[in-house]
This record gives sequence, C-alpha cells and structure tokens, in this order.
Amino acid sequence: MDTCTCNKNYTLDTLIPQVGVITDIREETPDVKTFRVNAPEGGKLFEHMPGQCAMVCAPGISEGMFSITSSPTNREFQEFSIKRCGVLTEYLHSLQVGDEITVRGPYGNHFPVETELKGKNLLFIAGGIGLAPLRSVINYVLDNRENYGTVDILYGSRSADDLVQLKEIQEVWMKTEGVNVYLTIDREQEVWDGHVGFVPNYLKEVGFSTDKTALVCGPPIMIKFVLAALMEMGFSKEQVYTTLELRMKCGIGKCGRCNIGSKYVCKDGPVFRCDEIDELPNEY
Amino acid sequence: MLKIEKEKLPELFAKIAAGQELYLPVNISGQVNFAAWDEEVQVDLTTLKSVKSPKDAFFPQSENLYTCKREGKKITIEPEELKNQSFVVFGMKACDVQGLKVLDQVFLSDPVDTFYAARREHGVIVALACHEPEETCFCKVFGIDCAEPAADVAAWMAGEELFFKPLTEKGEALTKSLEGLLTPAGEAGEQAVEEEKAAIRAIVEKLPYSNLSLEGWNGDALTEKFDSPLWEELYKPCLACGTCTFVCPTCQCYDIKDYNTGHGVQRYRCWDSCMYSDFTMMAHGNNRTSQMQRFRQRFMHKLVYFPANNDGMYSCVGCGRCVEKCPAALNIVKVIKSFQKQGGEK
Repeated sequence: MDTCTCNKNYTLDTLIPQVGVITDIREETPDVKTFRVNAPEGGKLFEHMPGQCAMVCAPGISEGMFSITSSPTNREFQEFSIKRCGVLTEYLHSLQVGDEITVRGPYGNHFPVETELKGKNLLFIAGGIGLAPLRSVINYVLDNRENYGTVDILYGSRSADDLVQLKEIQEVWMKTEGVNVYLTIDREQEVWDGHVGFVPNYLKEVGFSTDKTALVCGPPIMIKFVLAALMEMGFSKEQVYTTLELRMKCGIGKCGRCNIGSKYVCKDGPVFRCDEIDELPNEY
Repeated sequence: MLKIEKEKLPELFAKIAAGQELYLPVNISGQVNFAAWDEEVQVDLTTLKSVKSPKDAFFPQSENLYTCKREGKKITIEPEELKNQSFVVFGMKACDVQGLKVLDQVFLSDPVDTFYAARREHGVIVALACHEPEETCFCKVFGIDCAEPAADVAAWMAGEELFFKPLTEKGEALTKSLEGLLTPAGEAGEQAVEEEKAAIRAIVEKLPYSNLSLEGWNGDALTEKFDSPLWEELYKPCLACGTCTFVCPTCQCYDIKDYNTGHGVQRYRCWDSCMYSDFTMMAHGNNRTSQMQRFRQRFMHKLVYFPANNDGMYSCVGCGRCVEKCPAALNIVKVIKSFQKQGGEK
C-alpha cells in the first residue's frame, strides 16, 4: 500500500527534546551551580508555570528531571539550579557557557499560583537545594505582588556556604517591602552572625500564625519534621503544599517509574497538597 | 462472512504480504512468536499462545526515538520517522486485543505517544478465535469472550476452513484486497462458525480459573489491599526475573536510554520491569527497596491503580502467560485467590 500522509497530523512527540544552549553559569555553593538556558536562536525554550520541571540531558551521558528555578515572569531565559551528586550532575557541572544540552518539557503540574494561592498569605519553607522550585514561585509572587498577601520566607542549609541564591535573597527579596526573610544554618560558623538551628525548630521559634498557606521544599527528612512542626503550630494539611520526587524517565506518566498509588509524580505532581499525599500509599 | 480453505492459507499470506508487512505466529526453534511473514517461515496458527504477547507490533521491545549529533558545541536532533505504512497482524487472540485497549489508555491519553499512535493507525488486526482455550486461560474473568474476538477482522478456524469477517473499515479494505481468494461462507459456513463458538465457550466454562472472583479489586481498594499482610507471604518465591512483565500483553513500563553509535547518540526506549531492583533507584535513594514492595506494586497497579484511573478497566486480560512462564510458579491468579481465600475466612 502507498505511504500515507496522515502522520502530518501528529505534532512532534513529547519525548523529543529541544536543543538548549547554556548562556550563563553561576556558582552558588561548592556543589550547586545555576545554569541559564536559552534556545540556540535566543529566547526561551518554552513557557512554564512555577513548580514545573524539565528533563535536562547531556546526550550519551544521562538525563534527569530538574525543577525550573526561574520564574515564568522572566521573559528571557530559564534557569536550573543543579546540585552535583551523580554521573549526570557531575558532567553538567563540567560544562561551560556556550555548550549545548537537550531539554524536554515542561512536565508536571505546578503550584496553584493563579487559583488556590491567590490572595493568600504565603509562607515559604525551604532547605538546601529545595529552594530551587520555590524560588520560581517566590519570584512569580513578587512580580505579581498585588495578587498575594504577606510573604514570609524561611530558608536553611547545612552551612553559610550552602545557601543558594544568596545574592538574590539579600539584594532582592530582603529589600522588597512586605517580605520577611528568615535564614538559618545547621551549625555555628565564624562568618555567620544569623540564626543557627534546624529549619523545623526555627519555624516553631518564629511561631508563624496559621492564617498562611505554607509551601515546603527540601530534603525528605526536613519535610517530615517541618510538617510535624506545622501541625503542632495549628496548620491543617489543606494549608500545606510540598513536592515529591521519585525516579522518572518519560515525564508524561507512561513509563511507570514514578507511579505511586494511582498517581504519577511526573504528571500528577510534583506538587501535592499534604492531604493528597496522605491518600497515597506510603512509598515515597 | 467469507472463508478460505486452510491449505490455501499460504496463498492468502503471500497476497497480504505483497501489499504490506504481515506479522503472524511463527515457530522459530520450537518457540511460537509473532514475526514477519516470508515464504520460508513456519506459520503456526494451532499453538494457542505465542510466548511473548504480540504487543511489540505496536509497542516494540526496543525502538529508536531520535538520533542526536554533535558538531563542535552544536547539537542537532533527528527524530525517528513515525510508522507510515500499513501492516497486518494476523492471528491475535481476544485477550491480546483487549491488551492493546489497555495500552491505548496509556499511550493514547494526553500527551499522545505518537510512535505508538502511528502504529495503531496503520495496523490492521485480524483476530482469531481461540480454537482450544487452555487451563492457564482466564480471560472470561475480565469479561472477554475468546470465541468472539473483536478487531478489524474476526476469524475462526473450523474444520478444514478459516472463516473471515471484516468488522471495521480497515478490515473491509483488507478483505477487498483479498478478493478472489476468499469466497462467501454461505449458510453452512455461518452454521460452522456458530458451532465453533459454542464449542469454545463450552471449554471456557470448564477451565479451572474461569470462575475466579475479582470482587473487592477496584480503584477504591487501595489502603485495604496495600496494607494486607498477605503480600509478605506471597512475594517470597519471587526471583525478580521480570519474565511476567516481558510476556505480559498489558505491561507498559519502559526505560529510556542513549547508545553511542560512534557517529551520534541514539536515543531509544525499551521494555523495562517494575520487578527490577534499580527500576526506581535514583541519586537520593530508592522508594521501593524490597522485592515485596516491587511485587506488590505490579499487582496493585494491575488490579487497583489502573482501574482507578481508567473507569474500572483492569490491566490484566487473563492470557495466562505469567501463569505458564513464572519460574517460581507465582502469578496473578495466586494473588487473587489468596485474597479471595482470606476474604472467605473473615
């Protein structure tokens, strides 16, 4: 039979990536770099919402899902803050400005910035590299300031050297009216005259009122204790959003890897409200 | 309804294959699997089940997605072409046809997997009724009637003849292209097919697993089933070999990998298995560290999670391949029966 032309109806498969060129690299900490990515012809690769992720690939090396740390309100580029901790990230850290990678996405849901979060007082709680997805929301909120209530940001890391985006925190967030930033590090350091202590404890010390919606991101152990602290402080699970992270390959809920209960974290997540997480089997 | 004498089937296959690729059950070194037809192959329409399900005509065990080339710092991506020519899969059984419907729910839901969609669009399926269902079969449990396979064409083997009934436009077109070889079945033919169906159904009624009950297995059963202590007992013989997932017509988990050919990087995907220990392994840990968890995942997905997302459709079609092939005699029937028994003792 003849070759037919019906396939012209299909758009390019979601598994086919775009080429991205690295246009800037910032060393945030000894093991975290922030990569700015543009389309080779300039401009952004795609539009996204805060909390969404993309598959970043070094062809022939490996591929991994990373949250897009830049805000959609940034019209010029996308950014990924990547911690060096495996084969792929080690390779990505060796790249230079001008090098090309491939990117596919955006994948997943996003923080409900245009619906549930609108008009709310927001409390951001981040630990270490967990600031990456929240930074996208924070800058989105700051760029649409009139749509949200108070903004509190509590951010902690192991040491003063491990705080990512410190420049932006100090020069932008701390200087924005109506935004309170609380920084903490795990152990005392000579260079540090700020708060010392773990994030969950600092949270209780500050004692935020429960008229806020909390957005939590960080290592699993931190999330666990932060949630306990928030419940202790009188927050309900419906007031708390966080992200899950499981192994992913396809990014579109088909390859099966990130399946948990009837959800696929890559497609139905990564953002979940905490009462939704309670309905999942305890396998994350 | 049309018919053709069995001894003329080689002519029919040659005619189909003259116009397009033809896949059908072929005996290769004693194993029957779906493979491309040519005059040399040993077609086997008698063996009831191919070792692997024919899903790989639509979802190949391994397929290239694109090639990535690098020149200096510049990267270019050349997507693999989508299937753009029609092909025929001859002799799929009703269970495997239902297996494709399960895969459709996955691959044709938003965002559509275009590689799969193009194959579905160009594939013409001739489904063959199961002449003699076997002990390991339990398609009836999932509401499948193996005497009445529904695809582009339905076919029956009865006596010395094969009966052929187009059911869709694609099936009509294929039938039209075979004019001259197929002749009207007549009333006697219709009668023969009815008798064949009755004989098949009579066998199905007597099969040991035909009355398995799926009561309690649905999208709402999550917590109750997940927390059951039975999993700890059931999983123990599991060797984590993954055979069950590879022979399964509905398993769709896949891996995505790169292969450096020396003149580019080929991006391909291939079947993977949730039974494997590194399936969910990532840099910061593994969320299913024990074989019990992985074993539970497979059955919970087929009988609880999948129905929850697909209006109650199970991701098992009762083909019985896992029952035959598991080296540790573990299978979904054993799982269902154990829960059934436990329910009865309450």
